[in-house]
Parts: sequence; C-alpha cells; structure tokens
Amino acid sequence: MQLSPDSIIYWQSGPWKINSTILTTWALIFFLTLSSKLIARKMSAGIERSRWQNLLEIIVSNIEKQIVDVGLSEPRKYLGFLGTIFLFIATASVCTIIPGYETPTGSLSTTTALALCVFFAVPFFGINEIGLSSYLRSYMRPTFIMLPFNIISEVSRTLALAIRLFGNMMSGTLIIAILVSVTPLLFPIIMRALGLLTGMVQAYIFTVLAAVYIAAATRVIKPQPPLIPIKKENI
Amino acid sequence: MSSSTIIAVVSILIAGISTSFGAIGPALAEGRAVAAALQSLAQQPDASTTITRTLFVGLAMIESTAIYCLVVSMILIFANPFWNHFIAENIGK
Repeated sequence: MQLSPDSIIYWQSGPWKINSTILTTWALIFFLTLSSKLIARKMSAGIERSRWQNLLEIIVSNIEKQIVDVGLSEPRKYLGFLGTIFLFIATASVCTIIPGYETPTGSLSTTTALALCVFFAVPFFGINEIGLSSYLRSYMRPTFIMLPFNIISEVSRTLALAIRLFGNMMSGTLIIAILVSVTPLLFPIIMRALGLLTGMVQAYIFTVLAAVYIAAATRVIKPQPPLIPIKKENI
Repeated sequence: MSSSTIIAVVSILIAGISTSFGAIGPALAEGRAVAAALQSLAQQPDASTTITRTLFVGLAMIESTAIYCLVVSMILIFANPFWNHFIAENIGK
C-alpha cells in the first residue's frame, strides 16, 4: 500500500523522476491558468456578461470578503497569494472525483512547498507593510524574553500547516483504500463525499490561517500610552 | 525474539496506542467547542457567520493534533525508518 502519490512513477531517467504528484500539479496549474485566461479574455463591465465571468466574480469577491473578515483591510494586496493557494488546494481536492486521480496535496512534498510559501510570504508582506525594523521588533513582543519562543512558533506553525493538510488528505485516501477492500459496494462513496467536504474545509482553513499569520505580521502595534497615576485625594 | 520481531511488535503496538490516545483528547475538545458554539449560536443567531468561521478554524486546529498522531502511526506501520534500516542491514549481510 502506498502512502503518497510520490511513489507512483510514470517516467524515470537517472535521478530524474516524474511521479503522479508532479504530473497532477502541472495539470492543475495548467487547468487553473488556462481556464482563468479563457474567462478573462472576453470580460465585460456591462450588464451582459457570460456565466463563467459570473462564476469567477463570485469566487474572487467571496475570497476578498473572507480576507477582509480575517482582518486584512486591503484584500487586493493579498488576493494573488491567498486566492491562488485556496484555488489550488480546493481544485486539488475536488478533482478526486475523477477516477485514477491522486490528489497532489496527499503528498508531504506538495504541502511542505505550500507551507514554505506561507513561511516566506509572512515576512515579505510584513516588511512591505510596516518596514524592516518594526517587523523585526515584532518578534520581541511583549518582552525580549519571548524572542526564542516567537521564532520557534514561526517554524512550528509552518510544520503544522504542512502536516495538517497532508494528514487530512492522506487519511481520506487511505480510509477509502481500506474500505474498498472491506466493503466495496456503497460505503466508499459516502466516504468520498465526506472527503470532498474535508478537502474544501482544509483549503479554507489553510487560506484563513495564512491570512491570519499575514494579518498578525502586518499589524501596526501602537506604543502603549503611559499609565496615568490616579490621585487618591480626588476620589 | 529477533530484533525485527521486536521492532514490528513495538511499532504496531505504539501505532494503535498513539492513534487511540490521540483521538481521546481532540474528541473531548471538539465536543466542547461545538457545544459552546451551538450555545452561542442559539443566543446570537445574527453572529452566525463569525461564529461558524471561528468554529471551523478552531476545529481544524484541534483536529490537527489527532492528525499528528495518525501521521505518526501511519509512518510507524507503512514507512518505519528503523524497520527499513534493519531490513537493509540484513540484506547487506
């Protein structure tokens, strides 16, 4: 039994391999880029618009709304990054209804790559927004003692992002593989439907967590006003 | 008992134990979280979107601890590094 789609190898020459993960990732990238290009080619600003443009507008405006809800007041800046992550993970998990398809997010390498993107995007957006010195100073909040813990949390949350997505996707595939050998008639279909739901929820959570991390890094923290001593004789 | 048997027995036992114990905590925690969310939904139906979103994110965070245990036990059963090392050593002899 294979644990990840990495072990399905289609082509190999020396150390260079093309496995199922790479191939499906390429196919997804191609599909997403081509479909959005095709829809965006004949966009109209008037009332007459195509169905596909409506679909795209619904997706984009909803992602924007979610980003605003998380606490980033200018969603357009982050839409490219967060929206791409969401669409990729969501499409990767929805495509599991295609027979013979193995979701690339069920491989630890894909999820690690996505988590690393978040890991590097957080300081990038943070420095862009509040400047290098105040971003670096945010690691020393609330006190200097918290510096190592803040750095550890930076690394561990990246690990958690990668493992969470991988674990959810892998366990869905694995449960179906086990169920097919035990009760092959109806039950795997129900689990597949549950897997679709889990995939969408995980895509949403990955995006929201990335947005939360970016929001935490770009937040301008005002210096606290000095405490005003209360005069006792006035009370 | 040879070392491969010991590795196999320990791996299987620990895989089962880690999954079962790893499921207890998140199950209790998720139950509490959902109960609290339902209560606040009943009290403030207007805030349902915020509560639901926070609930989903929180549930995923809680569930990820169970997922870690699952990943550990899956590694122990299907991709055990000690087992692989021992098998490779035995073949080398």
